Amino acid sequence: MRTRTIRAAGAAAAVVALAVIIAAVFGGTSSGAVKTSKSSAVNTAVKGKVTFDGIWTSSTGQKPFQAVINAFQKKFPGVKVNYKPVGNNLPTVLATAVAGGHPPDMADIAQPGTIKQFANQHKLKPITYANSVLKKNFSKGWLSLGKFSGKQYAFVFKAANKSLVWYNVPAFKTAGVKPPKTFSALLKNAKTIKASGTPAYSIGGAEGWTLTDLFENIYLRTFGVAKYNALSAHKVKWTDPSVTTALKSMGKILGDTSNIAGGTAGALQDSFNQSVTNAFASPPKAAMVFEADFVGGVILSQTKAKAKTGFNTFVWPQITAGANAKAVEIAGDLMVTFRDTPAIRAFVKYLATPQAAAIWAKQGGFGTGNHNMSPKVYPDSITRATETPLLSAKSIVFDMSDSQPPAFGATAGQGEWGLFQKFLQKPSDIKGIQQQLEAAAKAAYKK
Amino acid sequence: MAAPPPGGEPGRFARYLTAAVFLAPAFIMLGVWMVYPAVYTIIRSFFGPTGFLGSWVGTDNYKTLFTSSYFTTAIKNNAIWVAVVPAFVAAIGLIFAVLTERIRWSLAFKTVVFLPIAISAFATGVTWRILYDQNPDTGAINALGRVVSDAVTPPGVLSNALPSTASLQPHSGGLLLKTPLHPGGVALLGLTGIAPQDVPSGAKQAVEPAAKQGDINGAVWRDFKPGGGKPGVVEKGELGLPGVSVELRSSAGKVVQTAKTGADGSFEFTDVPAGTYQAGVGASSFAKPFGGYSWLGPSLITPSLLIAYIWIWAGFAMVVIAAGLSSMPRDVLEAARTDGATEWQVFRRVTVPLLAPVLTVVFITMIINVLKVFDIVFALAPESEYGHANVLAFAMWQTAFSGGGNFGVGSAIAVFIFLLVLPVLLLNIRRFRREV
Repeated sequence: MRTRTIRAAGAAAAVVALAVIIAAVFGGTSSGAVKTSKSSAVNTAVKGKVTFDGIWTSSTGQKPFQAVINAFQKKFPGVKVNYKPVGNNLPTVLATAVAGGHPPDMADIAQPGTIKQFANQHKLKPITYANSVLKKNFSKGWLSLGKFSGKQYAFVFKAANKSLVWYNVPAFKTAGVKPPKTFSALLKNAKTIKASGTPAYSIGGAEGWTLTDLFENIYLRTFGVAKYNALSAHKVKWTDPSVTTALKSMGKILGDTSNIAGGTAGALQDSFNQSVTNAFASPPKAAMVFEADFVGGVILSQTKAKAKTGFNTFVWPQITAGANAKAVEIAGDLMVTFRDTPAIRAFVKYLATPQAAAIWAKQGGFGTGNHNMSPKVYPDSITRATETPLLSAKSIVFDMSDSQPPAFGATAGQGEWGLFQKFLQKPSDIKGIQQQLEAAAKAAYKK
Repeated sequence: MAAPPPGGEPGRFARYLTAAVFLAPAFIMLGVWMVYPAVYTIIRSFFGPTGFLGSWVGTDNYKTLFTSSYFTTAIKNNAIWVAVVPAFVAAIGLIFAVLTERIRWSLAFKTVVFLPIAISAFATGVTWRILYDQNPDTGAINALGRVVSDAVTPPGVLSNALPSTASLQPHSGGLLLKTPLHPGGVALLGLTGIAPQDVPSGAKQAVEPAAKQGDINGAVWRDFKPGGGKPGVVEKGELGLPGVSVELRSSAGKVVQTAKTGADGSFEFTDVPAGTYQAGVGASSFAKPFGGYSWLGPSLITPSLLIAYIWIWAGFAMVVIAAGLSSMPRDVLEAARTDGATEWQVFRRVTVPLLAPVLTVVFITMIINVLKVFDIVFALAPESEYGHANVLAFAMWQTAFSGGGNFGVGSAIAVFIFLLVLPVLLLNIRRFRREV
């Protein structure tokens, strides 16, 4: 978040640049429309404006999304989409705008909890008009993520695969181990890696979300989608025996302080970025990082490690056999609408097409569940490896901490994040942590 | 006030109108930006998190403030800040001001001390966070600690090594082989957890020495090959660890002989009298390099924040106090010196009392600053320590804006901070009045 505050300044400059781009695009639409008028794809009947408040700033994806918008505007020359890069404060900005009665036409929201809240307040418009195109391109599991109180209010446009583990290839080679398929193999490998002289795990414990993600993957792999969603909605209590089991498994990873880069005390001060650079430094300070597909980008930009020879990734190992082993945890941006106009309908339907997804996917840093988009579109083999599971995934869950009330699931050093940091400090106190988690969840869900 | 309009009797109404027009901007600004938000916040603090409608909670928000440990930590920390910062800032500022009066280049010195104020608190926080980093490779403060510590206790060759089998057990800082040995025995001391690049240079393939009458010999080696290998067995591809000091202990536990391992990791204790012995690796081989203090850990985070904050503000105090010093009547100091007062007495009995008004300004400014301190906590403390570093303004931001979304409790904290600052403000206003 810190770096993003600084980025905000850059975003201001980007707005100016964006204005220039838009001007250029619109300067060109008239001639473009003439050129493509032969093809039946151009629809001039729909006219109107769409305002869009987005999380992506100049450094996090504004450009590729603008490319998606431009392609849409070529098909619908009568529609103008105005993208406003808001950045990470988007939920707060939207909450204020909604309360003030002037929300944008559309937005992308990364927190299903926020969407649920807006839907319950009847601030969102259902997108059932897009059902046919959505059903054609997304599996049931994907669409269920955008369903609130039985209605399709949103769909996941951009997703990150969170059920991944990244590993340092030379460190694995030195230890003579292979990417594990099962959790017990992972633990056994970790012991061997430690004996080879490198701590097995790098944990970015200064940021609580890395720890909740680890827990969530363990819980998902052990108990499956239904139970995961029940815990996510607080229908299963945090004092439940299933949580005890998952925490015990997690304790097998966090319990050996000498097998974590910098020990547990050091891990508590390592940011997510540091946990990545630690694992892919040379010589390595650790061999593995548990985190999402975006780790690849951090490795490439901040270390000298190369794909395949320096770093690689494997799917979160199986804990219980069957469907649970193939389930995928994602985080992502859901498209929501606050109004319902023909222009908005056209844009929503367009965003659900494989063509729209491919425009961004080609540029990297983008995953999608749009199974009609070919995985060949992804720019490199690592991205293909991390994002292809999303296309075929049947059981999908959304990042649990993003689905919960932010007071519990998304406050730095507090609630779930803070308590999992406490757990990292003392992985033996499972009972105590469960009780504190339950108390914090209860308080947050009461509001 | 406006001059009466030229010609004619100034009407009462016109006079009021003029006054109103001139006062209006100030009133509107105060009203819109000060009075309205303040009143709104006070009212808001009696309502629940989501809004006004039907969410009246009375004083519940204030009760939360004094019962939840999250907020009581913030209050306690704020009390520490108030107790420590103004006093230290004033004291250090005073020392610098008095000293710079006496030296050449005082302007340059003052500029350097004043400089931190010109840096944004956010940047200061980021900088100090790196300085405080626990890893001596990154954190300058711990790097300094490492220089001192490593000079006193040099790190051993095998600081990270672990026993490869359970028969080697920790013993007074080193490792000891459980199995008893007799003359003619062989002791295999296998170690793991040594990264390839940490193996002492010159190491060769480990060799298990043959038993020798009257001697006890053995090997210390890196008992690991890709995949793990067989623990406790010297295998091909496993390197000996040269330069390790091995100890032979009698059955009473006394060290009777020591030996150093060779390039292949082998060692030998010669002419061992009959009896029962144990062999092991001495503690010095395992001496850990200095790991750094956890400046940003739970127990030191608040002191670390205080130090950084004092570093920022000491320059401000120095400049204010130096201004006070330069306007001080010199004849009083001279008179004291003529009367035979020592320099310390002059400072203690004359300078400080005469500086009292200036020191009060520093104190009051710092108390207000410290009560609403926020940015340095946000930037310096790692997220995992936000709970331990918590202060009121930070708690307000987190509760209301960052994630919490609870504007009721947030407003209650804001009102509480306002109440804390109020007496200090009143004191300040009274002082201003007296001066005017």
